[in-house]
Amino acid sequence: MGMDLLSNLALGFQTIISPQNLLYCFLGALIGTLIGVLPGIGPVQTIAILLPTTFALPPVSGLIMLAGIYYGAQYGGSTTSILVNVPGEASSVVTCLDGYQMALQGRAGAALTVSALGSFVAGCFATFLIALLAVPLSELAFRFGPAEYFSLMVFGLVGSIVFASGSPLKAIGMILLGLLLGMVGTDVTSGVQRFSFGIPELADGLGFVPLAMGLFGISEIVKSLERREKREIIKSRLSGFWLKKKDIKEVTPAVARGTFIGSFLGILPGGGAILSSFISYMVEKKVSRNPESFGKGNICGVASPESANNAGAQTSFIPLLTLGIPSNVIMAMMAGAMMIHGIQPGPRVISSNPDLFWGVIASMWVGNFMLVILNLPLIGIWVKLLSVPYRILYPAILLFCCIGIYSINNNVFDIWLTALLGFLGYLFVKLECEPAPLILGFVLGPLMEENLRRGMLISRGDPSIFFTRPLSLAFLIMAFILLIVIAVPAIRKKREEAFREEA
Amino acid sequence: MYIKNSKDFKAGLLFIIFGTGAAFSARLYSIGTTAKMGPGYFPFLLGLILTILGILITLKSLSREKEIKKKIPLRIRPMISVLSSIVLFGLLLYPLGMVLSSFILVVISSMGSDEFNMKIALLNALFLILGILIIFVYFLQFQIPILPSFLRGRI
Repeated sequence: MGMDLLSNLALGFQTIISPQNLLYCFLGALIGTLIGVLPGIGPVQTIAILLPTTFALPPVSGLIMLAGIYYGAQYGGSTTSILVNVPGEASSVVTCLDGYQMALQGRAGAALTVSALGSFVAGCFATFLIALLAVPLSELAFRFGPAEYFSLMVFGLVGSIVFASGSPLKAIGMILLGLLLGMVGTDVTSGVQRFSFGIPELADGLGFVPLAMGLFGISEIVKSLERREKREIIKSRLSGFWLKKKDIKEVTPAVARGTFIGSFLGILPGGGAILSSFISYMVEKKVSRNPESFGKGNICGVASPESANNAGAQTSFIPLLTLGIPSNVIMAMMAGAMMIHGIQPGPRVISSNPDLFWGVIASMWVGNFMLVILNLPLIGIWVKLLSVPYRILYPAILLFCCIGIYSINNNVFDIWLTALLGFLGYLFVKLECEPAPLILGFVLGPLMEENLRRGMLISRGDPSIFFTRPLSLAFLIMAFILLIVIAVPAIRKKREEAFREEA
Repeated sequence: MYIKNSKDFKAGLLFIIFGTGAAFSARLYSIGTTAKMGPGYFPFLLGLILTILGILITLKSLSREKEIKKKIPLRIRPMISVLSSIVLFGLLLYPLGMVLSSFILVVISSMGSDEFNMKIALLNALFLILGILIIFVYFLQFQIPILPSFLRGRI
């Protein structure tokens, strides 16, 4: 086992160390940070916008670059949280609380450093954890029958409701809508065309990229154009990147706590970066000797959630890579990207594409290292980017999106589809329907149907198969408990408060 | 009965429309049996659940008391300019080529901003097209029509 782990990691490092892959890892981290820093664009939008650029690459390089984009964008999000009090995404909301306060007190440099180093430490640990858990978990997954898979997906989808802001009922509706959109195209089992309305471009199903870009990219742009925002950029010179001895002593246990919390929560469905950062902030405040200093620039309030969200972001790859189940939107994006590259995420990836699997894992470590090197010296450039006016930025994003979408199939139909889905996404924004559960449903839809059909075929039409197999039953019970938890008024109130703070 | 939460009310209606639409069109495909599900089975089921959920959400959004709400003015300019610029880009890409249709996309989408300024939009377009030509066409070698169709193949 120990030897296996080492040789596997060695294979991974061999893959990543090739000049081409190193270059794409670097490019991913760089471009991800660049776009992630731009106002109003978080990791989800960044990945949606940049998906097509990775399709021309070989699968390993493409996925390494995408993973790099992901960390980069997340890192960029933390930077804007600290410097302008604008969280790039939900998981850096808590970073704003103390990070921006630190910046106001002239300690922006220290906040940025601690966030970079904390993320790096957490990333290393999480990468190691993935390598450790991947093989046993994927072996477990091989014992899954259709019933277990179906129930696991139910659990995963219910998990996505927890972190959709707004009404849980609407989130369930969005999941169902996503599952239905996933049905568009040719039914694999019977060869029948479903919901394609005689449009030949829909025969292969609704495109993942137009959906992701429409729902997250285009609708976000329209939303931002509707409200005028004033951003205050810290004018003072950035200095003092080095941490004081006292800071290091204070921060080390916080980073460790954040890393553990994040690594654990990232594995759970619906978890990942967001949940991790919220919980770790709460824990940090609880264990602190002076909890009243939180929200006023406590360095632990930056260190712990930043470590946690990076650890969580990384360990959320575990369910995707070993079970084939994306646990959050970004993993759904990665799943979509893998499928476009012709790789079905799941337990088979380890054995059929070992270089890809271990290469991507090793690239996480390398990518995080590059981010530390990249970000601290380049922070001045990132700050300048923040002042790019939106009226110049968004036409550029739109153009980039259009050309990217066209290039996937050399087809203008996808461009119109994106406009249509952008309109739908805008409608969802107006009706306060979170699009994340929809994307998850869309990715899981065909898989869920296939496993439901196979399960029912095996049991000759008896649905009890889902309740009599112990693992399947366990997943369903967990899903049920999660639903109850969401429905209980007290918890719901807490959850709504958390989202209100975010807004 | 009054509508207490118009967002939930409309979202519910949206789900009902999608749900019934899906359920009805799924009936066109064979439903099959529970043991041997046809292509219509799962979508029909989903459509049905979505419809019921939509009804539930709609009903929950109603209340007996009237609530006074201030109306938020709907701003359609950003939406129209952004969406139409994308549709136009799709329409014009083949006849006009990437350079001209990008120009149109940037200018029209820029009009959606409150701070629209023709000079800046034009400069932005020029700069972006140059960037696209260098990054996408020269380096990434994207296959995309660049010039208008009547000029293609002649230069």
